[in-house]
Amino acid sequence: MKRIDLNKIKEIILNLVKKANFGLRSDVLSKLKEIYNVERGLSKKFVGLLIENARISSKNQLPLCQDTGIPILFVDIGEDVVVPHRFKSFLLKSLESSYQQLYLRNSIVSPLIRRNPGWGPGEVYFDISSNKRQIKFSLLVKGFGSENKTVLKMFNPTVSWSQIEEFIVSCVKTAGPDACPPFIIGIGIGGTSEKACMLAKKTLFRNIYDSHPDKKIASLEKKLLEKINRLNLGVMGLGGKVTALGVKIEIYPTHIAGLPVCVNINCHALRTSSIVYKL
Amino acid sequence: MKYLRTPLNEEQLNALNIFEEVIFEGTLYTLRDRTHQKLWSNIQSGKEPFNLKNSCIYYCGPVFRDKKIISCGPTTSSRMDKFVEFLLKKGVKVMIGKGKRAPFIGDLCRKYKAVYMITCGGCGAYLAEKIKNFRCVAFPQLGPESIFELEVKEFPLVVAIDTKGRSIY
Repeated sequence: MKRIDLNKIKEIILNLVKKANFGLRSDVLSKLKEIYNVERGLSKKFVGLLIENARISSKNQLPLCQDTGIPILFVDIGEDVVVPHRFKSFLLKSLESSYQQLYLRNSIVSPLIRRNPGWGPGEVYFDISSNKRQIKFSLLVKGFGSENKTVLKMFNPTVSWSQIEEFIVSCVKTAGPDACPPFIIGIGIGGTSEKACMLAKKTLFRNIYDSHPDKKIASLEKKLLEKINRLNLGVMGLGGKVTALGVKIEIYPTHIAGLPVCVNINCHALRTSSIVYKL
Repeated sequence: MKYLRTPLNEEQLNALNIFEEVIFEGTLYTLRDRTHQKLWSNIQSGKEPFNLKNSCIYYCGPVFRDKKIISCGPTTSSRMDKFVEFLLKKGVKVMIGKGKRAPFIGDLCRKYKAVYMITCGGCGAYLAEKIKNFRCVAFPQLGPESIFELEVKEFPLVVAIDTKGRSIY
């Protein structure tokens, strides 16, 4: 197997950062075009602005949103791949230099002293995958208007599904106009606290039009989306038929004594990109 | 649809009603979490980095490339709620951002005859095209959180809280 070419990896990271920040994901864009036909009045006008914003951002390679967020990189390493020394710090540096090179906003500060905003560090998470000779890089750019609205709740195992549903809808309601609706809602159910949060976040990579391969979960996603849309938040909370563009659920086995549920809210400017590096 | 230009006059502001679309032209000052804190302590010690009287503030931290603003949408206004009264007392008349505000902001808008307007969140690239000129007026060390004076044209807004204290949320 050939060795990992670090220059190539650096280029991949730069492309991921560009792809996520400039222009809108094609599935989200077509969903926005659909809701342009459904909404009326001010909400319709604002959907029009979102579509125009996506066009300008893509054409002129400008950040879709000024909150260029914290870049979160998920790296799925094939079982046979040998990673180079200091791979993680290399990836973090590449993220930082890509942000710097593209003049994306320096929004990262030390959590306590909150001084000198900079471009890094972002976050990197590794996993091992069964695709033996490849590395998959997936980048999520998460702005804090929506990230601030994330909620984790550790339920009792005897909770009913309707209580969970009520909780999820109330999280969306609380997020409200602040978090830039219409949203994409990622939900993680099961595992431990951090697992549920991670599951919720990873659902954001799913295509907005897909439904979960498990029929039961797919029907829960559909039902929840209908319920959430009955909140009638509309674009930027101006009132309208659409509150969320999609609801995605992932599950993982959990402990007999509990049931963690994490609701991750994402704004309409859903910024993700993925690239597979074959070896 | 109404047009609003700086310098502002009271009559124009009083005539604005919630849900009304406004096309704004003139001067805005960007202000965020830490610039509110810094502005407050500066004013306590008698310094006013820009003239707050009759001014419009915009909750925003722009992005720059080649000395140009390339993205500048609004940030969440509710984080700034606790600073509103001190600004309105100093004469700020228009606040621009995104999202809901605490119920007491409506009372403050009525008391000080100020308005809160929203623009489209996540529309950074689109809104950057509306900026004709800008300069940094205070706290350059804060990077995107510094206070910038923006000259804008055809800036799209919706009245979210009017001088009667009514709110769209």
